[in-house]
Amino acid sequence: MTDLATAPAAKPTPHVKENAIIRFENITKRYGKVVAVDNVNLEIREGEFFALLGPSGCGKTTLLRMLAGFETPTEGRVFIDGKDVAELPPNKRPVNMVFQSYAVFPHMKVADNVAYGLKMDGVDGGEIKRRVEEALELVKLGGYGDRMPDQLSGGQRQRVALARALVKRPRVLLLDEPLSALDAKLRDQMRSELTSLQEKVGITFIMVTHDQDEALAIATRCAVMNRGLLAQVATPADLYEFPNSRFVADFVGSVNMFEGVLDKDEQDHAIVRTQELSAPVYLDHGVTGAKGSTVWVALRPEKIEMHKRPEGSSPMKMEDAPAGTNVVAGVIRDIVYLGSETIFEIELESGRRVRTFRSNLTRYDQEDFTWDEPVWLAWHACSPAVLLS
Amino acid sequence: MSRVAREKPGPLEYHRRWPLQLIVGATFFFLYFPLIILMVFSFNDSRRNIVWQGFTFDYYEKVFKNAELIEAFGNSLTIAFFCTIISVILGALTAVMLWRFRFPGKTAVEGAMALPIVVPEICMGVAMLVFFAKIMPWPSGMPWPLNLGAIIIAHVSFAFPFVATVVRARLASFNRELEEAAKDLGASEWRTFWDVLVPHMQPGLIAGALLAFTLSLDDFVITFFTAGPDTITFPVKVYSMLRFSVTPEVNAASTILIVVTVALTAIGLHLQNQSENKKLKP
Ligand SMILES: Nc1ncnc2c1ncn2[C@@H]1O[C@H](COP(=O)(O)OP(=O)(O)OP(=O)(O)O)[C@@H](O)[C@H]1O
Ligand SMILES: [Mg+2]
Repeated sequence: MTDLATAPAAKPTPHVKENAIIRFENITKRYGKVVAVDNVNLEIREGEFFALLGPSGCGKTTLLRMLAGFETPTEGRVFIDGKDVAELPPNKRPVNMVFQSYAVFPHMKVADNVAYGLKMDGVDGGEIKRRVEEALELVKLGGYGDRMPDQLSGGQRQRVALARALVKRPRVLLLDEPLSALDAKLRDQMRSELTSLQEKVGITFIMVTHDQDEALAIATRCAVMNRGLLAQVATPADLYEFPNSRFVADFVGSVNMFEGVLDKDEQDHAIVRTQELSAPVYLDHGVTGAKGSTVWVALRPEKIEMHKRPEGSSPMKMEDAPAGTNVVAGVIRDIVYLGSETIFEIELESGRRVRTFRSNLTRYDQEDFTWDEPVWLAWHACSPAVLLS
Repeated sequence: MSRVAREKPGPLEYHRRWPLQLIVGATFFFLYFPLIILMVFSFNDSRRNIVWQGFTFDYYEKVFKNAELIEAFGNSLTIAFFCTIISVILGALTAVMLWRFRFPGKTAVEGAMALPIVVPEICMGVAMLVFFAKIMPWPSGMPWPLNLGAIIIAHVSFAFPFVATVVRARLASFNRELEEAAKDLGASEWRTFWDVLVPHMQPGLIAGALLAFTLSLDDFVITFFTAGPDTITFPVKVYSMLRFSVTPEVNAASTILIVVTVALTAIGLHLQNQSENKKLKP
């Protein structure tokens, strides 16, 4: 068994190399008074599927466009493959982009669309034909070369955009919200296709998205941005289990957050006192924070267990709880049935509401939790993340 | 009668209410009846032109034997041809400039461009007359087609704003990401312009060209003031023939002009449809 405090194993990524193919050095972009990107330092390794994640307007697209060459940084330097690209216009950069609207040329056949970039590079006719066919095959559009773009579905048009960018064999492929225009079913399918495509071609992919599920599902590493700043750069699992701030904990996944004061901080345990819970929170690991400082305890809903509480039983004291667990009393106030799982909203004695999920393991819930039922909520001492900011 | 047709007309179905049907009918009558009369009487075998006397092609023959009229017709086509080419280029460039760039005095340029559309034609005509008579006389006795230069310049000055307006409207629907995509794939600014922007503008260019051609071909007022004795255009010539009497010859000439304009418009629209259909069907 691995230590519970370390991250779950990351996806195997044999194609990721050690060298940084992209490096942002102190990149700032201002539009007048608006700071779209604020002093970003970031390295992306060759072969990664990297996701830029963040709420609307946080500067993801701006960062991507500075890579493609459509925006110039106000301050700082961008390196692609070790070369400073400040002077290179978009048509000279070894990166290609898949646009949010796909931007497939409407007046050209699919094959001509894909061939366009090669023609601009002066590749000779026979070679173009061969590579276009290969690229269309790669995105599963073999035989669609003679169609016009408006005879294609949205998903197919996106594949054309992908093929058109990949056929140039760029060092890095940039994707701006590639899946946002697709419907839910197709989006799921394209997610896995994008991943396998990336593994097949071995090119570094950088994807912008505001959908955290998408980023977690696809990326080998994610950067979360907030108002132009990099909030955290980590693997999906680290991002979810070890967020470094309230913003990241809240933006990635759903979370119950309790504000409290750090009461005790030892090597092997810590205690946080909070008004919102009837008992202090016991943690089985130390926190690097000053005693008495304000901290936030972030607890994911699925890490909370729910048990029936017989009417009239007295609230459990922390000392009575099974070793290594936290227990609080509450009453179920709301139940949302989602098919695969059910969301429960529980009101604690302090009036604070807490969410928890339960997978619907059987077709009839044996325990039959219902509205206004008293329950115990319990979680492991290692489950919550303690955040200092 | 089908069931649907017997239902009460909806609030907006004005074409099914009699007062509006009457108005629509009257409109069509006053629009087309004079034209039909004009065409029918161009075949009338009578100089007096009021009562039907019998069918004849005589007046068409006369028209084709009338050297002055044929020359005027040739002038008109030449002027319209050059006017169209220059107007489309100027209009398209103006439209792209106004759509693409922000520069000091942009609003003023936009306003100035709309002026030829709103200024009364008679004023334009007088202005052109004064300009070419007093300020910059067009040298006479120039070889064809330079002798038509003054008229061509006058026509371009009122036709190109129409082209610019039509093309500008078309540009509003352009997706800037297409342009970025082309550059991203390695195209230079000029390649991007030709490969992406011009194809998008194409329907606007065709519509603008048709407008410029027909505006130029049938312009009377401005041409009347700018034309010299050796640069008569077709509409001006027809007008001068009318001053003596309304003969079937005038009818025949007008009919030819109508047929030419309608045919050219139809060809233009057909070409445009074809290029759009090509987009839809392989
Ligand atoms: N050309 C521009 N001129 C002025 N401000 C701009 C420009 N482009 C972006 N901005 C501003 O910069 C900030 C970041 O924009 P950006 O497009 O990078 O956001 P984003 O993270 O991609 O958001 P979204 O998810 O909505 O696409 C926003 O506040 C935006 O208003
Ligand atoms: Mg964006």
